[in-house]
This record gives sequence, structure tokens and C-alpha cells, in this order.
Amino acid sequence: MSGTQMQSQASTDLGGDRMFVWGMLIILAFWSLFTVARSADPLMGAHAALFLGASVIGIFAMIAHRTSGYVAESDSYEMGVVKAGVFASVFWGIAGFLVGVIIAGQLAFPNLLYFPELPWTSFGRLRPLHTSAVIFAFGGNVLIATSFYVVQRTSRARLWGGLTPWFVFWGYNLFIVIAATGYLMGITQSKEYAEPEWYADLWLTIVWVAYLFVFLGTLLKRKEPHIYVANWFYLAFIVTIAMLHIVNNLAVPVSLTSSKSYSLFAGVQDALTQWWYGHNAVGFFLTAGFLAIMYYFIPKKAERPVYSYRLSIVHFWSLIFIYIWAGPHHLHYTALPEWAQTLGMTFSIMLWMPSWGGMINGLMTLSGAWDKLRTDPVLRMMVVSVAFYGMSTFEGPLMSIRAVNSLSHYTDWTIGHVHSGALGWVGYISFGALYCLVPWLWKRKELYSRQLVEWHFWISTLGILLYITSMWVSGIMQGMMWRAYNEFGFLEYSFVETVEAMNPYYIIRMLGGVLFLIGAFIMAYNLWRTARGDVREKEYVRDANIAAIPAE
Amino acid sequence: MSDKEIDQPTGVETTGHEWDGIKELNNPLPRWWLIILWISIVWSVVYWILMPSWPGISGHFAGIRGHSDRENVAIAISALETERSAQMQQLKSVSSINDIESDPQLLQFVLEAGESMFGDNCATCHGAGGQGFKGYPALVDDAWLWGGTLDNISKTLHHGIRSTHPESRLSVMQAYGELGVFNGDQINDMVEYVVNLSGRDANADAVARATPLYQQQCVSCHGVDGTGDQTQGAPNLTDAIWLYGGERSEIYETIKNGREGVMPHWTDRLTDEQITALAVYVHSLGGGE
Repeated sequence: MSGTQMQSQASTDLGGDRMFVWGMLIILAFWSLFTVARSADPLMGAHAALFLGASVIGIFAMIAHRTSGYVAESDSYEMGVVKAGVFASVFWGIAGFLVGVIIAGQLAFPNLLYFPELPWTSFGRLRPLHTSAVIFAFGGNVLIATSFYVVQRTSRARLWGGLTPWFVFWGYNLFIVIAATGYLMGITQSKEYAEPEWYADLWLTIVWVAYLFVFLGTLLKRKEPHIYVANWFYLAFIVTIAMLHIVNNLAVPVSLTSSKSYSLFAGVQDALTQWWYGHNAVGFFLTAGFLAIMYYFIPKKAERPVYSYRLSIVHFWSLIFIYIWAGPHHLHYTALPEWAQTLGMTFSIMLWMPSWGGMINGLMTLSGAWDKLRTDPVLRMMVVSVAFYGMSTFEGPLMSIRAVNSLSHYTDWTIGHVHSGALGWVGYISFGALYCLVPWLWKRKELYSRQLVEWHFWISTLGILLYITSMWVSGIMQGMMWRAYNEFGFLEYSFVETVEAMNPYYIIRMLGGVLFLIGAFIMAYNLWRTARGDVREKEYVRDANIAAIPAE
Repeated sequence: MSDKEIDQPTGVETTGHEWDGIKELNNPLPRWWLIILWISIVWSVVYWILMPSWPGISGHFAGIRGHSDRENVAIAISALETERSAQMQQLKSVSSINDIESDPQLLQFVLEAGESMFGDNCATCHGAGGQGFKGYPALVDDAWLWGGTLDNISKTLHHGIRSTHPESRLSVMQAYGELGVFNGDQINDMVEYVVNLSGRDANADAVARATPLYQQQCVSCHGVDGTGDQTQGAPNLTDAIWLYGGERSEIYETIKNGREGVMPHWTDRLTDEQITALAVYVHSLGGGE
């Protein structure tokens, strides 16, 4: 659908967005200036200086924007912010995978990167850097970029809010920088996947609500009679993450100029709130959000209709209704009352089929186009992604069963499970989307090289398999060793013996991570050449001679 | 664009919607999918009836099986205690720790208990096999600072060394250099003296110079011949075993800065029977006296 077919909607987009961005920049500048001047906390001072720098840059950018006299074509799609999101996704992806490889190396060889005088190089600080970089920086930018793309294309409407989408993009990435530098300096509220402190959380809340408004605003002015299924999933993701983020981060700061805060909840209530958040970050960020990507990019790339409209409705509503209750399965056999554990476990079991609904719809959309898996490595990557999704959403309910969890909990099996979802599902569907988006956004006929996608696919797949199989073996072994008793009921193994036994698998896991990282570098190179407009001619000439190219 | 049509490859009707070229087929829900969904729901309801589940205004539904993790843990612990009670009783009533090694069945029980506790309490410093590290004595050889009899090991475990326990074993290797007792040259001479004691080649002049210093400062603990004194925890300097290393530079550092390693006391964390078991286990590692 080309831009000229759309009607002008200039009037609603002017004024308000600029006032909002100016307002935010000025408030941020004043608060950070005040904090830089007043804070006795050097860590807070450093962060306030970062915020101050960002707001000054933002103010200059706004002035430059105004003096340039640039007026957006209100009847075309806003694709600049999507391009920026693609760039950020690749950048943060490689950064996150790299830190993952580093900490996997630290686990395998504890002395390798051991600098007691440099606390920021320790595993404890790099680990949240890795998890946040891959989930929120890489995953989050992929979600923002694809959602801005998909909602425009499937609504036949330009993004709502003028400059607001740009505010969302830069604001979100500012949050990422604040979070990442905070972890390195040792600022944390010690909640897994919610480590950033109160001021970063407040900033993210503002950015996220702006994101919600942009998305909803675009949906409201859509020119299609119905809302496409991908947008249901994006909306569920945005709304639920807002709710989870706000509730789990309710805290009282020590002062307005201190980086420290105290959670509103205590004890087991705090733990349950945290895992209600943590589990649904998986459910609504890493599942619903990326299902939205699947629902657009797989049918688009396969050029086939979505398998079942009815299934998409039923699995959407059952997924979002059931997912939200499953959090307590992270707290089996703890101080959490047993009845709450029961509910968490049973809702996780009931979640199995709603999760698989997405897998069925993704895979069966290939009906009538299975031959494309042979020739189109991008489509193959996305289909393998859905297969990993199916596997890890079966493994999840399995591990939530209390009897299974008593073996798997606290072991590497959990790490393996998370990574079959993260590398296989989230990683591959994101790579697939990026491989689609770059030629579309930069208006190239083809990727620079399909051969490099093949290399990326096979190297990464080998990496993922090494990763998850080594963690299965190591995790199950670890669990078995922990529960091994001798004839008098004394523990057979000490903790350090279990650690020693896991060492070979840690090395295999690190190698898996290295392969996955190499794959990502290959992708970055391929995407960069594609955006530049290069084409590996001989590859396509040869393919044309073989006449194996499917209709594109 | 709301015309329903038949999709050619599959022969299924579309819903008639289209977004950016994407259409949807009107396939029904897969039967197997729906069946498993219902089974998982029914299974969950049955599970709720059997097990502690839904909360009410006060308390929660306990489930008709009356299952309770806390009770089960208490039952499992008391079952284990019953299972071990014969050996435990024997261990409590044993008149001397030395009698344990003559009762093979009790000895086996005690060694297994000791090994398990050693792994989680002692291996962190002394190594998984008791091989020791620099600053943490090896327990597998026959060199003992405070004595290697069962009673001595048991006392060390109970009270610790330089620990916070009032009856802790105490002794001091002073910082002779830091305190100004010896100057740098004297320490160097002393190092030669100690090297000579351990039967290695040393500078004879330095040894001669250090001899009166040794007589004044070191004899009271390490003895005239340097073989040490277990009642004071003073190490034997004539063997090849060095807690803090036997290189000249390491001996220099020991004399200059002193050494005061700490072993915690275990009476707050372990029962008397557990400490007895640990003592027997450590004694069995190779060098028990």
C-alpha cells in the first residue's frame, strides 16, 4: 500500500507532540541538574550527569529540528524510527551476546577474567548486564521497531504522535544506557530482570506510556475495518508490561538525590510480586511480543494466509488469561504457601495448549509453501524459531510440575530452558524479522547475500544445540548429585564436587555461545551490505541458473 | 476487501479480511489441540480438589488429601532420625572417641557422616580431599600443628584456633619485622637459619649470625632443634611441609609480618556427635596420630 493512497491527517499530529517532548526534556534537565549539584551519592551523580547530557543533546536536537524547517510528509509511513530501531537491535544484540560469552567464560574458567580491583568485571555485575542487554536492549528494540512497522502497514496509517515515536525510541535507549551503566557501577534493586533503580524505572514508565499512546493512537486512526492479530499481541505486550513494571517497581527512594530505594513489599510478598513480574516478562515481553512478530513476518515471507483465524482468537485470549497466574511456579518449595504453588503449577499446565496455539498457527501457515524452507533461509530461520518456541513452551509446563521442579530448580536445566527460548525462539524470530526489514526499509530487491544467511543459520543452530544439550546434561546431573544420599541418609556429594562435575559442560556452553555470537556478526555484516545496496551478484546469477529461486 | 475466497493450495475458505496482503484461513481449531486443552483444565480442577488450592477470606481450601509440605518435611526428618537412632545412640554412649575405630559398623556410619559434613563445612578451606592450600593446613599428611590424636582434632573442631570461642586455641607468630624486633638484615639471616633447619643448603655465615637471635626469640615455641611444639601450635621447621610456603621470600614474609590464621569453632553450628564424626573422619584421612 503506497503512501499516496492514504489521506492526509496532518492536523492532529502538530503541536502536542512537540510540547510533550520539550516538557519532558526540560523536566529531565532540571531534575538532573539539581541532582548533579546536590547529590552526596557519587553513583547518582554519575547517572544524573548522564541524564543531563542526554537532555541537553535532546534540546539541541529539538532546536535543530525546528530550524531545519523539516515537515514530515503526513501522508506517508514513518519509517525512519523503524530504521533506527533496526540499527539499535543489531548493536545491542551483539553487545548482549558478547557479554553472555564473557560470563559463560567466567563460569568455565573462574580465573580467566578475575580482577578483584575492578568490581565491574565480576560475574555478579556482568550477569544482569547480559540479561538486560539481550532481553530489554536487543529484544526491546526489535519489538519497538517491528511494532512501529507492523502497526503502520496493517493499519494503513502513519504512526500517531508526530515526534513521539522518536521520543519513545531515544527515551527507551537512554533507559538501556542508564540500566547498563548502573549495573556496572553496582546500582541495583536486586530484583531479577528489574534491577534498575527507581529513577530509571520512572523514566521507563514515561517512555512506555508514550509508547502505548503511539500504538493505540495509530490503531485508532487505522483505515482497515479490523485490527490484525499481530497488533492484538503487540497491544497485550505493551499494556501488560506497563502494569508489571509499575507494580513490581513500587518503591520508596531514600531521597530524591539518592540512587537507593526500598521495595514497597517485604518477604514472601516481595518474592511473589517479583516472580509475578518475572514470569510475565517472559509471557508478555518474550512470548506475546514475539508472537506478534511471527504473525506478521511468517505469513508475509511465506506469502501464505495465516492458518486459522479462530485458533488465533482462542489461543490469544487463553494465553493472556492463563499466563498471568503462572508466576508462583518460580517459588516451589519455598516460604510461599503451598496453595499458591498449586495454583501456579496448574495454571502453567493449562498454559501448554494456549502456547502451542501460536506454534500451530506459525507452522501451519507454511501449508502449501513447505518447499520454501529449502530455498529461503530467512523463512527457515523463522520456522525453526517457532519449533524452538514449541519445545520450550512444552518444557516450561513440564518444569513447573512440583515433582519435576524439585529436581530442576536452581540447576542449569533452568538456564538451558531459558536459552532454548531466548536463542532459539526470540533470537531466531528477531533475526528473521531483521532479515526481512532491512531490504524492505532500504528498498532493496534482495539481501546482499543469501549464502551468508545460510552460514548464520547453521552456525547459530549448532551453537544453540551445544548450549541447550550441555545445560540439560549439566543441570540434570547437578540436580541428581544434590539429592544423592548414601545408605545412612547423608549427602553423597559436597557442593564443590557438583561444581567440578559441571565444568566440562560449562566449556561446551561457552563454545555454543561463541558460535551464536559469530552468527550474529555474520548477520550484521550482511545487513549492513544490504542497507548499502550491495548485492553478491554471482550468488544470484548462479541461483537463477539453477532456477531454484522461489517466487518473491 | 472483505470477500471470502477459497485458498487454492489448501482448499480452505478465507475470512475475507486482508491486511497488507496478509489473509487468514478459516480453519477450525485442531481437535487434538482442543482435547488436550480440556484435559489440562480438567486435570487442574481435580488437582485443586485433591491438594491445597484456592484461598478464601481466611485461610485456603486444604484439599481432600490433606497434603502439607511442612508436615511431610517434619515426617521425613523424624523418619531419618529413627533410621539412624541406633547408631546415634551408640555414638552418644561411646565412652571414649578412641573406641569408635574398634567397632567396624559404627566406624562406617561415623565416616560417612563425617565425609558428608566435611564436604559442606571444611572443604572450602582445606580442599575437597583435605589436601589443603597455602595458609590452610593439609589434613592428609602426618604433620599436625595442634596435635593429630582424635582428642586433639576434636578439641580443635570444638573450640577453633584464634576463634571467638572463650576456650579457643591461641598462639602468636609475631610480626618480628613490623614490630622492630629484627631489622631487614637480621630477617635475612633468620631466613637462612630456617632454611638450614629444614636441611637445605644455606649461607653458613648468616646461619652463624642468626643463631643467637634464634635462641632469644624462637626457641620458646619452635624448640632448640626447631621441631616445634604441638601444645602451642608451633610448626616443625625441620620438615619439608610449609603452611605459608618454604621459599626464602615466603619465609621472609612470615617472619616480617607474622602469621595468625583462624579456624572457626564449630560448637555453634554442629552437635557434639557431628563433631565427633568429623574428628574421626579427619583422623582417617591419612595422618592421624
